[in-house]
Amino acid sequence: MRRVRHTVPNVLLAHAALAAYTVIALFPILLIIINSFKTRKAIFRDPLALPNPETFSLVGFETVFRQGDFFLYMQNSLIVTVASLFFILLFGAMAGFALAEYRFKGNTLMALYLAIGIMIPIRLGTISILEIMVATNLVNTLTALVLVYVAQGLPLAIFILSEFMRQVSDDLKNAGRIDGLSEYRIFFVLVLPLVRPALATVAVFNMIPIWNDLWFPLILAPGEATKTLTLGSQVFIGQFVTDWNAVLSALSMAMFPVLILYLIFSKQLIRGITSGAVK
Amino acid sequence: MGSLVLKNIHMSFGTNEVLKDINLEVEDGEFVIFVGPSGCGKSTLLRIIAGLETPMQGDVEISGQLVNAMPASKRKIAMVFQTYALYPHLTVEKNMSLGLRQAGAASSYIKRQISLAVEMLELEPYLKRKPAELSGGQRQRVAIGRAIVRDPDLFLFDEPLSNLDAALRVNTRIEIARLHRELQSTVIYVTHDQIEAMTLAQKIIVLRDGRIEQVGSPMKLYKDPDNMFVAGFIGSPAMNFIEAGYLGVGGKAATVGVRPEQFTLSRRGRVSGTISHLEHLGAETNIFVNTDSGLITVRQFGEASLDIGAGIGLDFRDEDMLFFDSNGQRLR
Repeated sequence: MRRVRHTVPNVLLAHAALAAYTVIALFPILLIIINSFKTRKAIFRDPLALPNPETFSLVGFETVFRQGDFFLYMQNSLIVTVASLFFILLFGAMAGFALAEYRFKGNTLMALYLAIGIMIPIRLGTISILEIMVATNLVNTLTALVLVYVAQGLPLAIFILSEFMRQVSDDLKNAGRIDGLSEYRIFFVLVLPLVRPALATVAVFNMIPIWNDLWFPLILAPGEATKTLTLGSQVFIGQFVTDWNAVLSALSMAMFPVLILYLIFSKQLIRGITSGAVK
Repeated sequence: MGSLVLKNIHMSFGTNEVLKDINLEVEDGEFVIFVGPSGCGKSTLLRIIAGLETPMQGDVEISGQLVNAMPASKRKIAMVFQTYALYPHLTVEKNMSLGLRQAGAASSYIKRQISLAVEMLELEPYLKRKPAELSGGQRQRVAIGRAIVRDPDLFLFDEPLSNLDAALRVNTRIEIARLHRELQSTVIYVTHDQIEAMTLAQKIIVLRDGRIEQVGSPMKLYKDPDNMFVAGFIGSPAMNFIEAGYLGVGGKAATVGVRPEQFTLSRRGRVSGTISHLEHLGAETNIFVNTDSGLITVRQFGEASLDIGAGIGLDFRDEDMLFFDSNGQRLR
């Protein structure tokens, strides 16, 4: 395998490409944030301009806080996202561990069955899901959303995590068994910390779609008490009139919790703590 | 205390039969080595003894007690792994004591056992460190210490030296031999390296394709192998196999085996050829000779002043010949 050489033109090119990508990726976010601090007229007159003393306005944020229960929506979104992630990671890791660690009849078949969900979008089953939720009296509860998101996230989580579990040294698990640790302690104490980077990856993959989802909250939990942030923001988008100040302000604020979650996962979890376990 | 009996052990993964009818007895205090090429089933056999794999068939007895249904933690064994397998989140001290703490041992006993291991392996400076802060050799010593602390009936070693560099390997080998002398405990040791097997074992068990090829002391296997596989596997450089017809040997023998060091250089010897390569090792010289019966390795002590491409004659004493039939079985 040839190593990439770190010559000056190579480094410059790489950084130019990365910088270009950063600009493209950040541009829409920046646009939302700067326009959320502008008057309605200024947004339409010159959307790219930064707010100045003349165009600066907090009217969007005021509207958001006045209309609708913004903090409740945010709380709902956080509960749904965090709870879903927790169960996706827990059950995904457990199933991944079982598939990777134990030999049993139908192991491969089970792995395949669990992975099929990757190929079939869960939204195809929306009507049946709604029927189930109606039958079990879960409509307009956050539980309904958590259940759906866990089902949506599990296939990929199991797929990724079982691959990583396979790489955890057998010797380490066997050492634990000889020392009398239960399979649960081996899983939680020895194996999980070693697959933290994979857990973080799965968490980040699942977090954004859940946080941003409009489909399931709209169908399964449209009630005022269970509205998520994305759904709550829709009150500002009307068929004839859209309150862009409010929409942009709500979106700006909606970005922060998910940004913080992302930072937690990327900084806390992706740490090279695996060194020293084996070799 | 510390004996091991294996009866009719069969093991297969899917359709792949890895162990076929293994029968074996190990006495208390013996140092036994399973040796064989990779894929011969030696590690699987060790894991079966440890209770980490369940055989399809057969019995395992440790210290006279049938342990087929007993989990690994109850079998009074301790295992040292190739990859050390230290718990990354625990200090050296906690790594060593975890097994006893899990078993609910008294803390005074745990302390005594740890200080015993620490003393034997000079681990004092590392007790409060985590595995990540140790070098490979230190980690392996901690892993051995973790085994000693458990005061097991059986020590199981799974290729413990494979991840160490050459110098450390020799040191750790001596260390393990010393531990066995001091503790007088039964050791089952798996390796693919026949030098480790020859230097450490009291009894070697040569495995191939899931079968025991031969059991015996290192010198017994070296001098009196049962078949061509054992003859070729034990000893380095490997034994030379020469067609019987080439040497004019009659009878049932198809192949004649001669060890490299048993050749003498002789102009009118029974074998002649040209030197294709020389390895000067200082204390000895390995001479590779192309003959009509294939490549022959000759080992001469001291420095041999020979030239590549030169003709050479070789001879050996008649009693140094080992005869094998066409199935590779030894003819005695």
